[in-house]
Amino acid sequence: MQTKRTIFPNKGLPWLLIGPQMIVTAVFFLWPSAQAIWTSFRREDPFGLNTTFVGLSNYARLFESGEWLEAAGRTAVFAVSVTALSMLAALTLALAANRVLRGSRIYTTLLVWPYAVAPVVAGVLWWFLFNPTIGILPLALSALGIDWNHRINGDQAMILIVIAAAWKQVSYDFLFFLAALQSVPKSLIEAAAIDGAGPFRRMRDIVLPLISPTTFFLLIVNINYAMFDTFAIIDATTSGGPAGATNILVYKVYADGFLGLNLGSSSAQSVVLMLIVVALTFVQFRYVERKVQY
Amino acid sequence: MIENRRWLDFLTHAILILGVAIVAFPVWVALVASTHPAGTFATGHMPLLPGGAAWENYSTVLGSGMRGAGSEPLWRMLVNSAVMAVLITVGKIAISLTSAYAIVWFRFPLRVVCFWLIFITLMLPVEVRILPTFKVVADFGLLNSWVGLTLPLIASATATFLFRQFFMTVPEELVEAARIDGAGPMKFFRDILLPLSRTNIAALSVILFIYGWVQYLWPTLVTTDPKFYTIVMGIKRMVAVAEADPQWNFVMAAVVLAMLPPVLVVIFMQRLFVKGLIETEK
Repeated sequence: MQTKRTIFPNKGLPWLLIGPQMIVTAVFFLWPSAQAIWTSFRREDPFGLNTTFVGLSNYARLFESGEWLEAAGRTAVFAVSVTALSMLAALTLALAANRVLRGSRIYTTLLVWPYAVAPVVAGVLWWFLFNPTIGILPLALSALGIDWNHRINGDQAMILIVIAAAWKQVSYDFLFFLAALQSVPKSLIEAAAIDGAGPFRRMRDIVLPLISPTTFFLLIVNINYAMFDTFAIIDATTSGGPAGATNILVYKVYADGFLGLNLGSSSAQSVVLMLIVVALTFVQFRYVERKVQY
Repeated sequence: MIENRRWLDFLTHAILILGVAIVAFPVWVALVASTHPAGTFATGHMPLLPGGAAWENYSTVLGSGMRGAGSEPLWRMLVNSAVMAVLITVGKIAISLTSAYAIVWFRFPLRVVCFWLIFITLMLPVEVRILPTFKVVADFGLLNSWVGLTLPLIASATATFLFRQFFMTVPEELVEAARIDGAGPMKFFRDILLPLSRTNIAALSVILFIYGWVQYLWPTLVTTDPKFYTIVMGIKRMVAVAEADPQWNFVMAAVVLAMLPPVLVVIFMQRLFVKGLIETEK
């Protein structure tokens, strides 16, 4: 690890300085995570009095149960849809904002504020718009002959949470795309223009390849967001329903643990999710390291 | 621009205006809904233009809360949200500053181990380990308390990394000069490092304030006493009531109030916000 040449010689002081962080980390992060791992290898008896060691059986049940695998598949569909929708919209807007000469700042301000909207509020906003009895959108859709009711129709419920989750993430992606676009050297674009490349050719062959590190970074961040930070959106709109159609993994951990009180299974799910986060973080940091050396 | 293409200029603005409109549409509808009397919604048609009951709606929810939700008046929830967000922000920044300082300018056993332990917390979102964390807080008797509400959210790998990164760029000569002048480590920290970190602290505060304000799952689990309800979790409760007894004007007034403080922070501190966002993610 990189260090400073000049340091302070104190022995006790650094412990005092780093102590608070270490205590909070140990008590509220490491200990609960260790507990989750420990519980995932055990099963409670029906009265909740004793637990016995059951090895990997909680995990085996998880992977054998169609329910968990279905939730995993649903999570994949959800994550891919949210990522694709928010990134495409953000890239389009960033390309446009990067092009305008005047008013770019105002457009940026008007586009970034949803970042500050709480996920649960974003959920409530879209849930209100799509509300089958009073919402505006179902009224408009019925004019097109579409009968909207996300309380009954699982696919429509999924569309609802995808839109709400993507809406909230667009501002974040937009800012990163815009920063990347602004760092593309003007001289390259001008050279290509002199060689006769039109705006779309320049975008495809110069701009998009140059911002690809940002695109990759956003890809990971967006998948992470869709998998773990959308809990509140789902809880506010569909609560995992109807009939589990929007019950993604992170919601299922909560539902099985707090509502179903199935501790062994919930812990095993926690551990699997932690492994997924670790894998995603690892990929992300590998990429950051490469970029730094490059 | 390189060449003049009128149709492309037109397209650019059209895309941006459409984008802004789509982004703002849900909030517009909420705003409009919060200005109509409850009776408007009985017809089953959502109005698209503001009504005249804004004052009544907002003063009702702020002053006495929504009927049937068993809820506190909203001004109280707003205060709670602000207290929680500020406590989390200050706490995170304080412990991250000191631990980054310890890691960069001191040698002590287990230094690298500590660094990696902090790093691991980056990978464990609270949603993933919710049950055991809840149990720890319950065992300490911290349910329904400000400590239980904020302390578990205070550890921050990203803030520690940001400050470490920044401290690494502080020139060696500065520390040497300070030491020659007889400044001890705490004096150096207080009189030189803190003033230097001002912009970074400000930028990070914006991000962390928003982070604290939008917390939902944790406050929902840890607080059962209405005294501690935050506005973000209060809204969920109001929605649940509104399913049976529609008072959309009140729910949407609450939604607008819940959005307002963090959105204003983003709009008025846009430069700091962008800086904080882009730097914490590096």
